[in-house]
Amino acid sequence: MSTIAMGHAGTDAAPAEKKGLWSWITTVDHKRIGILYGVTAFLFFLLGGLEALLIRWQLGAPDKTFLSPEAYNQLFTMHGTTMIFLGVMPLSAMFFNYFIPLQIGARDVAFPRLNAYSYWVFLFGGLVLNASFLFNAAPDMGWFAYANLTSKQFSPGLNVDFWIIGLQILGVASLAAAVNFFVTIINLRAPGMKMMRMPMFVWMSLITQVLLLLAFPIITVALVLLMLDRNFGTHFFVPSGGGDPVLWQHLFWLFGHPEVYILILPAFGVVSEILPVFSRKPLFGYAAMVFSGCFIAFLGFGVWSHHMFATGMGPMADTVFSLGTMLIAIPTGVKIFNWIGTVWGGSIQFKTPMYFALGFVAMFIIGGLSGVMHASPPADLQQTDSYFIVAHFHYVLFGGSIFALTAGAYYWFPKMTGRMLSESLGKLHFWLMFLGFNLTFAPMHILGLNGMPRRVYTYSAGMGFEFWNAVETAGSLILGFSFLVFIINILKSLRSGAVAPADPWHGATLEWSIPSPPQEWNFAVEPTVDGRDPLWEERRKAGGTLPEPARVSGAGIHLPSPSYWPIITAFGTAMTLVGFLMHVTLWVILAGVAITMLGIFSWAFEPADH
Amino acid sequence: MDAQVATHEHAHPGPALYLRVAVILFVMTALEVLAFEVSHRAGWPMHALVEPLLNEILIILSAAKFALVAMFYMHLKQDSKIFSGLFVFPLIIAAVLIVALLLLFSYLRLLHPAA
Amino acid sequence: MAHDTAHAMHPPTATGLDTRKLAIWTFIGSECLFFATLISNYLVYKGHSLVGPLPHETSQCMLHGQMSTCEPIFEIPLVTFGTAVLLFSSFFVVLALNGAQHGNRKKLIGWLSATVVCGLFFVGMQVYEFTHFYHKGLGYTTNLFGSSFYTLTGFHGTHVTLGVIWLATVLVLAIRGKLPPEKSLNLEIAALYWHFVDVVWIVIFPVVYLMR
Repeated sequence: MSTIAMGHAGTDAAPAEKKGLWSWITTVDHKRIGILYGVTAFLFFLLGGLEALLIRWQLGAPDKTFLSPEAYNQLFTMHGTTMIFLGVMPLSAMFFNYFIPLQIGARDVAFPRLNAYSYWVFLFGGLVLNASFLFNAAPDMGWFAYANLTSKQFSPGLNVDFWIIGLQILGVASLAAAVNFFVTIINLRAPGMKMMRMPMFVWMSLITQVLLLLAFPIITVALVLLMLDRNFGTHFFVPSGGGDPVLWQHLFWLFGHPEVYILILPAFGVVSEILPVFSRKPLFGYAAMVFSGCFIAFLGFGVWSHHMFATGMGPMADTVFSLGTMLIAIPTGVKIFNWIGTVWGGSIQFKTPMYFALGFVAMFIIGGLSGVMHASPPADLQQTDSYFIVAHFHYVLFGGSIFALTAGAYYWFPKMTGRMLSESLGKLHFWLMFLGFNLTFAPMHILGLNGMPRRVYTYSAGMGFEFWNAVETAGSLILGFSFLVFIINILKSLRSGAVAPADPWHGATLEWSIPSPPQEWNFAVEPTVDGRDPLWEERRKAGGTLPEPARVSGAGIHLPSPSYWPIITAFGTAMTLVGFLMHVTLWVILAGVAITMLGIFSWAFEPADH
Repeated sequence: MDAQVATHEHAHPGPALYLRVAVILFVMTALEVLAFEVSHRAGWPMHALVEPLLNEILIILSAAKFALVAMFYMHLKQDSKIFSGLFVFPLIIAAVLIVALLLLFSYLRLLHPAA
Repeated sequence: MAHDTAHAMHPPTATGLDTRKLAIWTFIGSECLFFATLISNYLVYKGHSLVGPLPHETSQCMLHGQMSTCEPIFEIPLVTFGTAVLLFSSFFVVLALNGAQHGNRKKLIGWLSATVVCGLFFVGMQVYEFTHFYHKGLGYTTNLFGSSFYTLTGFHGTHVTLGVIWLATVLVLAIRGKLPPEKSLNLEIAALYWHFVDVVWIVIFPVVYLMR
């Protein structure tokens, strides 16, 4: 319950370097939690990638029987669900965790134990969701789970229930983390770091937390209603009882649309960090970037039914949502022009992070263009549920989020590990990924416009889909291989990569002012800031170079103690929700509640420093 | 610190104000129920006036109660505007959500009458 | 605020505001959307139930195994009383906080106990009301009205229950003398949550029980 004490005077011994499994289980250090998120998310991402490769193998030729329709349905549902909730979101969380405190000059987040709790709940949620495979009951109804396919009548198995419970658990993790990061950014900024001096990554992360806080409660309710329909006999989405399946779509997309901004805004933030550093030029139009980010988030709550143009809402609703969707293109365009303006006239450093960041800009523009096309209801009536949509969202989510997060990984790997990644392997990774990505997803525009529907496990010969599907499958193999190159780069560099200095890239922000990797307390002395790009300012004042920061003893610095209550409470939370999964087992629910309550009380009354 | 205390004591409401707020809340609740009862009884005085406006009356009264509790009991009136912002912004989104869904579903009913 | 004598002990924050108070308001903001969605669900389905019982009209419904005429199900006097009790509980907790901030242990314990009792009474009233409705033919799955009503008020009642547990915990701390003025923020945060729960009911009461 205590906030972090900064530079607490005292005779405490220097915090000991923590090692071993127990130190990871009880850690409350934001950097370690960031690494936990990153490793876990990357593994889930690879799993989602494997699911995609299986899908592509099945679609590589017409009338293939590699996958049954049932298996195919599970794979594409889990691919989407995994990539969104267990891939992109926690990968972003890795960067939120590691770099928000560093960039604002803090020693940790506002609530370190709550931070740990969020990670463990996320892990348990991901495990529960994937445990469905063990029961041959992986979710199979599409990641957006439209009613009334999801009713007990049409989905009698546990597939939908696993999805509901998995997402509810993950939702708890997201909400807890969102409160934590929101308060951290608002309240723990170092002296002099006014809001309009914050790094753009911090701004975009702040807006993302607001979206999380406002959107997740909506899906929480929607999931509860669906669960009640399936297991308690209500008729919220069941027509025979008066319910309306379209209400599910509204509730889901009221969450789902802000969710896509949750997926892309951190990526925007990362790219807004990298482009200036590798152009040796400040970000163009800082204020416009902030306001356009806020505007996108706000408007993002008003466009959800552009996912529902085919549901017969009527011309009034269609028009309102169409206009709103087109309007969102404006602040997005502002950002793109500002990124170009940042790079324009700069001294471009062609390093791997820059490759991926520039690749992001190009791919995201393409994804945005197809998005604007969907904004027209008449056009969307042909595009919806076709591969044209699949092309769009992969260009913005992979070409956008994943390219940007990969850029961030290459950018921040030296800081997190103290090693440099190989430039040559990095560039190889980039070109393979760029080639593989475009080969896989560009042809989907053509297939979609030619009428290939989504979510079909095969297609007949002679429909004109064969050639491009084969190309896409080949592309996906190249894409998959590119990740092998990435993994090899990571493993090799961890072992024998060049030792990284504090500031290998000539960075502008505070994380580059401390050793790589940082010491547990981050900053030996709390930084004071008097402008944007504080490190560039410092370097300028020092005449061009700054000395390598020394590793200090850390004596007298007070850090929050490790604790095992977060993981216990997380277990209780997951157990409570899992109790609703299998025939609603009351004792499991009650035991889960008891463990959660025990965890919360022990946590609340645990002395802050023991 | 003393100057701070002085100005804060001056601005800080005491139990007397809180009691007044409580009484007003109670009276408003009574008015809500009264409006409800009047609108359901054709013979009662003011029925013709209240009945078509029942929902509007209820919205206004409940909004006023909401504001009183938020401003005085939750202390938003005296506290930093940041807290008010943290409450008001989600309330706006919440209101938009409720209104939008009501519009969408009443329109649906108009265009596609229930079978 | 005059009563935040504890500021010297905590490091200064970027806004000058207490981090935990900021956190509870952030959480409350998020909860607004949670209840807005439940209220929307209730309103969207208002008037669309296929069978009774209904809130304000007589209807046909299943009672004891056969279709009969059912009376409107709401009993306004009882729920009005419960509403008043909840409103007064907000008043009481403010008095308790006032006592805590001024180091008046008797006021703190007295009014906080009253708050907890009111909260328990409210939950009790709801349990009684739900049981009563059930016997009048309104089960959870009987119709859209029942489903959306019980879900909305059930979640609210759960929030009230959790609030009662929270306040009772703070009460125990107060009785043990562990709530001096410097620690009054602990009660203030619990009280903010409690007021929020009250404020949600201020919306639910007219929307569900009184509106046409």
